[in-house]
Amino acid sequence: MTPILQLTNITKRFPGVLANDHINLELNQGEILALLGENGAGKTTLMNILYGLYQPDEGEILVRGEKITVHSPTDAINAGIGMVHQHFMLIPVFTVTENVMLGQEEANKLGFLNRPKAAARIREVSEQYGLEVDPDAYVKDLPVGVQQRVEIIKLLYRNAEILIFDEPTAVLTPQEADDLFKIMRSLAEQGKSIIFITHKLREVLDVADRIMVIRRGAVVGQTLPSEADKNTLAAMMVGRAVQLEVEKKPSQPSEIVLEVKNLVVADDTQQVMVDDISFEVRAGEIMGIAGVQGNGQTELVAAVTGLRRPTSGSIKLLGKDITHSTPRRITELGCAHVPEDRQKDGLVLSFPVKDNLVLCTYYKHPFARGVNLNEDRINKNAVDLIEQYDIRTPNAETSVGSLSGGNQQKVIVAREFSRPIRFLVASQPTRGLDVGSIEYIHNRIVEKRDQGTAILLVSPELDEVMELSDRIAVMYRGKIVAIVDSDVATKEYIGLLMAGISPETLPPPTEKHAVEATL
Amino acid sequence: MAKKQKTPIDAGKAILQEVTDGPAPSKGGNQKRRQVLLIPALAVVTGLLIGAIIILLTTEEVYAGFRTSFGAGMSAVWNSVAKAYGALFAGAFGNPVRMVQALFSGDALEIRRAFNPFLESLVVSTPYIFAGLAVALGFRAGLFNIGVEGQLFMGATAATFVGYALKGLPAVIHMPLAMLAGAIGGGLWGFIPGWLKAKTGGHEVINTIMLNWIAFRLTDWLLNGPMQRPNSGGVPISPIIEKSAQIPQFFGSPIRFHLGFFIALGIAWLVYWFLFKTTWGFNLRTVGANPNAGKYAGMNIVKNTILAMTLSGALAGLAGANQVLAITRSMAMGLSSGYGFDSIALALLGNSSPLGVVLASLLFGFLRNGAAQMMVVSKIPIDIISIIQALVLIFIAAPAIIRSLWRIKAAKVGEEGVTVTTTWGGGH
Repeated sequence: MTPILQLTNITKRFPGVLANDHINLELNQGEILALLGENGAGKTTLMNILYGLYQPDEGEILVRGEKITVHSPTDAINAGIGMVHQHFMLIPVFTVTENVMLGQEEANKLGFLNRPKAAARIREVSEQYGLEVDPDAYVKDLPVGVQQRVEIIKLLYRNAEILIFDEPTAVLTPQEADDLFKIMRSLAEQGKSIIFITHKLREVLDVADRIMVIRRGAVVGQTLPSEADKNTLAAMMVGRAVQLEVEKKPSQPSEIVLEVKNLVVADDTQQVMVDDISFEVRAGEIMGIAGVQGNGQTELVAAVTGLRRPTSGSIKLLGKDITHSTPRRITELGCAHVPEDRQKDGLVLSFPVKDNLVLCTYYKHPFARGVNLNEDRINKNAVDLIEQYDIRTPNAETSVGSLSGGNQQKVIVAREFSRPIRFLVASQPTRGLDVGSIEYIHNRIVEKRDQGTAILLVSPELDEVMELSDRIAVMYRGKIVAIVDSDVATKEYIGLLMAGISPETLPPPTEKHAVEATL
Repeated sequence: MAKKQKTPIDAGKAILQEVTDGPAPSKGGNQKRRQVLLIPALAVVTGLLIGAIIILLTTEEVYAGFRTSFGAGMSAVWNSVAKAYGALFAGAFGNPVRMVQALFSGDALEIRRAFNPFLESLVVSTPYIFAGLAVALGFRAGLFNIGVEGQLFMGATAATFVGYALKGLPAVIHMPLAMLAGAIGGGLWGFIPGWLKAKTGGHEVINTIMLNWIAFRLTDWLLNGPMQRPNSGGVPISPIIEKSAQIPQFFGSPIRFHLGFFIALGIAWLVYWFLFKTTWGFNLRTVGANPNAGKYAGMNIVKNTILAMTLSGALAGLAGANQVLAITRSMAMGLSSGYGFDSIALALLGNSSPLGVVLASLLFGFLRNGAAQMMVVSKIPIDIISIIQALVLIFIAAPAIIRSLWRIKAAKVGEEGVTVTTTWGGGH
């Protein structure tokens, strides 16, 4: 049988970089092919070529054995190729129907939109593939998981036969991700062919029929889920053996470093996002905050670091009240902050690496003498930290914006960890990073813990929270629904708490009574 | 998911982005640095070329020539462009033959006249330097100060007042004091929108435009009222400033070249030192390039915004003070020929670096001064220079045009290409 899609010898060069190196790929009808690779390995470039956003320097694209040229996404859609982007291309104030028909509007003879006809078609498609969605709902009112379904329906509505999913689970809860996998299976069973781009090993093993691993622009191997496990896949991706599980000794918590009492924080629209929560973090322990994004974690972190004024309640750092302190005072008390959006909040992308490394300390000895910057010390600091934290950059003068995500994160980690700190707030410290960088950052965080730093870790990646934390607080709608010891918590249990199931209605995770409900 | 709605201000922000993302004048990024010089240079060349076409299209002789024959047409083309740009050059730099002859003749007045065009170009450049620095400093702090013209007027008015109202001071005190008054006057006019932005979020673009009008009308009223020259016969003009407040000119008539040019260069160096060598400047540039990162790193955005707008206004005020104290010696409404608005182009052209602004100001000064001569010799209106300046600005603001015209590859394409795939691109 001819494969539905064939890519032969696809090569794409950017000046100085070979992004795709003679890549061959075959996709059979009804198959889910996982494209696995680190960030920057070239998966997205390859898919952008297939979707018409880039032109290949060499190579051919064949659909059902026939050669096609793709100069734009329109060409791709006409060839039956559709892409579910990581960032949804939906208009929030339009209904599902309007979003789906956008660009291919159903109209009656007079040129007016025929919404009912389009809606009927959407119902048809959604029933056929199990994509439950209300065609008349406004997109802005839909949960993220459902919005993603709308994106899928958009493709099916346009009769796409080949669906590309680019990191589709990044925005989903574990349960939503499981739903998505069911949908993908159902699509494949009914003859659609799927390319699934990801760097998450578990997902690949769960859902793929076949796995292709890309490293540095070239295909390094193919395998089947039945023949592979996480460790072999990670090794293929990175090119060396990777230690996936964080190795850490039991924590030895000592004195209280951060003490939060009855904290209430509102967002810009005065909506209460953090609703009367209390907890403490002790020196030498990692307190993980689990929860689906948007349940108050961002506001909690902003309040603790002085970026947002709490409505009420109190925060104490090392016994000093910091409820209304400025970020700088909190920093000077020994708080380090790895922000959740490193490009937006953590770095000045147009500045050189050396300046980003002194962003919090530039005004103090030894980097400043009076008002004069001491450039020698700033340079020396940069050279030292680049070496110590293994930041891959041409030199200290290179602008941070041209580094890879992993190296950008290392710049932040180097800056924050190289100061004498007692307390660390890490928000999604490995967001979007590849396996190698994740391993590195995790080890550094555990190392800080063992040196007696109190750590507050916030991450929507349940795996990360479970692996790193000594205790886990689950946040749901601004409340901490439970604080659980990580060695007794199971993933399913935390997942259910994240989804808003009250801990009273659940059997405790183990026989030990490790759950302290704080409602 | 929901992208913010685009507003007209976003267009300004896009320009700002282009500017503030430009590399700081430090080492590294060789290819990029070469383009920092190459793009403006080609923008100027392209502007002059298109200017030549406009000159041709508006010259009667060219049409007459082509009606006779193709050859006559082509020679008319060559003649009119050569004449126009020849006059432009002579007007800007002077006529070398005349300079040599004058030196040999030993006639002091003739020597001064021969060398005057070059020195006059420097005189014309001086207010551009101050005003360009004002906008550049704002850009570095992430602020779009469109109010330079108004700040310039307020500075000029304040300097004029100190210049004529205080009497009997020695020049070493009076002149600096008048300059300082100019800086304070402009600074105050910058402080207001800075404070409004920092405390209320009122956008500085809107507020500075509005304050321009308040400044013009306020000056108008002052010149028709409290500051009107006695016996001026109703003409809105201020009294002449005291001799002790004047910025000294170095040579006799007709050369107006004065100390203000060197003061401008000194201020440019000061701005460079402030921006790139001090903790204040680091603060300011960080907040300008990424206010979020600045906030996360504990910087005070409010203080920074107010400081930056005040300093920017003070620089603009110096431009006004310079004109009054060195050239006009009294204040009238015709003080500025749009320095405040040209200064935006200068800051863009100079990539918001003090050295770049000085070079761009010299370019504008030479063009402006040369154009006066061009108008006399070849009857080409001085407005052609405004057109060329506008073209240069367009090309600077849209470097893609220049890149495609001259077939230059964008700087660091490679790294951009890689960045597309290596970063996580905004949010999981």
